[in-house]
Amino acid sequence: MIAVAADPTAVYALRLADDCFVLSHRLAQWSSRAPALEEDVALTNIALDLLGQARALYARTAELDGTGRSEDLYAFLRDERDFVNCLLVEQENGDFAVTVIRQLLFSTFQLQAWAALSQSTDASIAAVAGKAVKEVTYHLDHATQWTLRLGDGTMESHTRTQAALDQLWPYTAELFESDAVAREVVARGVAPDPERLRTAWDASIELVLREATLDHPSTSWAPTGGRRGLHTECFGYMLAEMQHLHRAHPGAQW
Amino acid sequence: MTALDRARRAAGEVADPEIPVLTIADLGILRDVRVDASGHVDVDITPTYSGCPALDMIRADVASSVRAAGYADVTVNVVLSPAWTTDWMSETGRRKLREYGIAPPRPRESGMQLLQIAVACPVCGSAHTSEVAHFASTQCQALRRCTDCAEPFPHFKEH
Repeated sequence: MIAVAADPTAVYALRLADDCFVLSHRLAQWSSRAPALEEDVALTNIALDLLGQARALYARTAELDGTGRSEDLYAFLRDERDFVNCLLVEQENGDFAVTVIRQLLFSTFQLQAWAALSQSTDASIAAVAGKAVKEVTYHLDHATQWTLRLGDGTMESHTRTQAALDQLWPYTAELFESDAVAREVVARGVAPDPERLRTAWDASIELVLREATLDHPSTSWAPTGGRRGLHTECFGYMLAEMQHLHRAHPGAQW
Repeated sequence: MTALDRARRAAGEVADPEIPVLTIADLGILRDVRVDASGHVDVDITPTYSGCPALDMIRADVASSVRAAGYADVTVNVVLSPAWTTDWMSETGRRKLREYGIAPPRPRESGMQLLQIAVACPVCGSAHTSEVAHFASTQCQALRRCTDCAEPFPHFKEH
């Protein structure tokens, strides 16, 4: 068990890193299983961008919390309760529609967050954001194109995409949640106020949903806890599979 | 040639592992080379994309190339800011890419965004090409097809 860093900027950097890392692994699970070769390549390319962002942010976290821990240690030797990613990114891949909608909801959020973070008072976070904003623009374009094709496609694709949207929508509330850490990094000029990203996110998502003939979900259920290490059931299984090799053969190289 | 020129040449001539016709100087990812009074060499490189898997290999290749040029003490730093853009690719790099069968990136910072130049087929030169997939064999390429000669080809996408 590795204690969560105490410095708010370190905790914040770790949250950003965990979001990227966990989603990267979920997308990598599509490798050799995607519905078409081009999609296999697209999803793993996106996974690679996210992994690169995560590595740079883990390195920054290690500087900020003063431990100088390696990226591998953050990725492979922390337990479930030590991860502070949001619940949305850990949700299972489901069918292709679930993966596409998860990408749409999260990439829209990430694009706005990175754009704001490129002005961060933390120069390292600003540098990561400056690169990431260009990469996430592609991710969002990919998710938008697929949402339109699936939502406004056949009866079958429409039904499945609407179901995916209804399933994942509750997890989006957590993205805009504030807490003591968020308030402190906002005060330091490190990060944008998450609640203030909501309006632009809503407008952007609404535009795509309307064009894709999808209905805006009306649920008010808003599960939360990811930022405090409380995760959904599927996450433990993902970590077990992902961390097994590294833990079974500590320090192995090839 | 000064010590700095020698070190810069040694670092710059390292080939990109994924597209070996290009050097890292052609790609624009070699950002700076410094030699201090004690002969220590600092090389700054920047990744094309955040997760580029070639970066670790490029780091190692740069260090060994600079050492082979006679500088035993070398540090290769990875800098992220300012973020790399395809506008930093040299004209030589663009020509080499085309000859290698990859359509080079178009200029990004043009005042006339409405007049986007077509991506020309590197095989027959036709401007009639279309995108097949935005993501291809590496993060920096997209897959296109020529509607005249029917050849599929990679396009080093603007970034």
